[in-house]
Amino acid sequence: MPSATKTIAELSCPTALPAKDRVLLGHGSGGKLSAELVRDIFLPALNNPALARLDDQAVVSVNGQRLAITTDSFVVKPLFFPGGDIGSLAVHGTVNDLAMGGATPLFLSAAFILEEGLPMDQLQRVVASMHQAAAAAGVEIVTGDTKVVEKGKGDGLFINTTGVGVVPDGVVLSANQARPGDKVLLSGSVGDHGIAILAQREGLEFETEIKSDSAALHTLVADMLKVSREIRCMRDPTRGGVSSTLNEIAQQSQVGIELEEQTIPLREDVRGACEMLGLDPLYVANEGKLIAIVAAEAADALLQAMRRHRLGAEAAIIGTVKQANPGLVTMRTAFGTTRIVDMLAGDQLPRIC
Amino acid sequence: MKYLDEYRDERIARALAQKIAAATTQPWVLMEICGGQTHTIMRYGIDELLPQGLELVHGPGCPVCVTPLETIDKAIDLALRPDVILVSYGDMLRVPGSSSDLFRARSQGADVRIAYSPTEAVKIASANPGRKVVFLAIGFETTAPANAMAAWQAKRQGLTNFSMLVSHVLVPPAIRALLVSESNRVQGFIAPGHVCTVMGCSEYEDLVRDFRVPIVVGGFEPVDLLEAVLMLVQQLESGQSKLENQYVRSVSYPGNLPAQQIMQEVFEVADQKWRGIGKIPKSGLRLREKYAAFDADQVFELGELMVEEPAECISAEVLQGLKKPTDCPVFGMRCTPDNPLGAPMVSSEGACAAYYRYRRHAVAS
Repeated sequence: MPSATKTIAELSCPTALPAKDRVLLGHGSGGKLSAELVRDIFLPALNNPALARLDDQAVVSVNGQRLAITTDSFVVKPLFFPGGDIGSLAVHGTVNDLAMGGATPLFLSAAFILEEGLPMDQLQRVVASMHQAAAAAGVEIVTGDTKVVEKGKGDGLFINTTGVGVVPDGVVLSANQARPGDKVLLSGSVGDHGIAILAQREGLEFETEIKSDSAALHTLVADMLKVSREIRCMRDPTRGGVSSTLNEIAQQSQVGIELEEQTIPLREDVRGACEMLGLDPLYVANEGKLIAIVAAEAADALLQAMRRHRLGAEAAIIGTVKQANPGLVTMRTAFGTTRIVDMLAGDQLPRIC
Repeated sequence: MKYLDEYRDERIARALAQKIAAATTQPWVLMEICGGQTHTIMRYGIDELLPQGLELVHGPGCPVCVTPLETIDKAIDLALRPDVILVSYGDMLRVPGSSSDLFRARSQGADVRIAYSPTEAVKIASANPGRKVVFLAIGFETTAPANAMAAWQAKRQGLTNFSMLVSHVLVPPAIRALLVSESNRVQGFIAPGHVCTVMGCSEYEDLVRDFRVPIVVGGFEPVDLLEAVLMLVQQLESGQSKLENQYVRSVSYPGNLPAQQIMQEVFEVADQKWRGIGKIPKSGLRLREKYAAFDADQVFELGELMVEEPAECISAEVLQGLKKPTDCPVFGMRCTPDNPLGAPMVSSEGACAAYYRYRRHAVAS
């Protein structure tokens, strides 16, 4: 037997592969590769002050009225899943991106890319669901577009929605405003949407059906703004999950964020599914949760306001903004040790929303 | 959650850490073999709970990390053929070969699919008679039974369009190779509980006897690992070397006999190259002659591929427990999970990736 010392000389490692020459699936993961696309391709070409804030929505001023604008595309598979479908998701996602800027959502557009052969009744169900979600959220879908691509060139149905809302005077929420000492609030349990989708897609069955948390959050936001204006920023942790969202905030505000592991709400069934599949729920997508960074003195009042709302009943303070480790999210474990909560490098779950 | 919460209980963990500290009178170097165990140690900061001088080094038990570059290159070559559907465990898609990876192959039009179970690949083959389906069958003794089952099913169904690109590695020969090395520092091993769940414990008796080294079969939760460390320290401090089983809730002495049978039916032991370690005699599995029709190497006449790897990173030393990931000059700088220079940075079970994900702030400060 050759000794291991001898074989060390044979050892080696490959050179790095630059991820620059082609678009990879990971560029849509909401993690680091997505951020690179924005930084290297989109911002240099399109830069302007509203875009450069890199928030979930742009806030622009028209005749003294501050408008929030946002757009989002939905490519979820399967189209129908426990707790929602691509139609309701397309409404909730865009309403939420407006709400995270403190805006009152008013109008949506809806653009459909349909694949040849899509059963018409599926399209009908999706559109009915969009109507229902929009009516419940108090927004109107006022314009739209339809394109059809050849069989095999789409995945049944893609939807893009764009939303417009008005931002109340004095409300300025942005991911670059977190300050040391601020508290991190989370409106409820993590990972429900991503695991519901995955379970449906992979045919996994659990004792109880895990439902997507897909919901419109603007009334929760409105209730919070009534209680305090000491909110620095809000984000809905969709693809990439809570960890990616907090990493973005930490980087944009150049602060550290320290989480307390035991305070993060997590449903037992979602936790079980994550354990079984080897996933970290902090990286799993949510579609009806928000993260708020708020001044410490306002945290308790805001937490109570959240808990009074149906969509914030399980809200919790999950961490604190720190001066140390700017740009990094860390976590105090139950063992009293500290670890990094990194941004997703590639896809944990491909194409979740 | 039952069978989980009690093994992550902070009070039990602290009590064990105190017992370990009380039992330790001198420095010891222990190695956990499995990448899953490394991941837990980093995630929960288990090493921070241990007394000074009690060092945990990380073993070669990450299947993604030790899969040879040649295998990845062959998989990419196959995947790029228009008539091939390549099916793989998800983690393999980001592993760099000599000039590309499977994700990039996919962006160039290759049909690469992720499966949670190898038998899904058999189903894909059955549903696509006009295509050739190749399953990238990698891993330790843990994935071997399921991979063997895929070949067995394909044979029974008479499929002619299914094959496997096999790169299987075995734990005991790797431990033996580490122990005969002149540079070995490891004085006690935490053996991989899931491998032993399949294979049982007897192979490790031989190692204990031949090298007088204590081995404890360990689980994957924080309390499991601390308990295994305590058992090793108690043996070392009292001059003992024996095989003990900490992971009794999963591992029986004989192991999973039906799983071993299907492995025996389909695979035979062969020499195997390990990325980061080199060729180790009788440390791998290959398909038996009667399954040659399902051997992608033979079906596609891939032949011997020799790939020269530039000696850039220190994964060799890391995978043998000679160095820590943080000893590497390019760790976290030019080598990150987005841009891995070496395999241990690719998989979440790789030691370098585990350090990067959970520990780089400590390095920075």
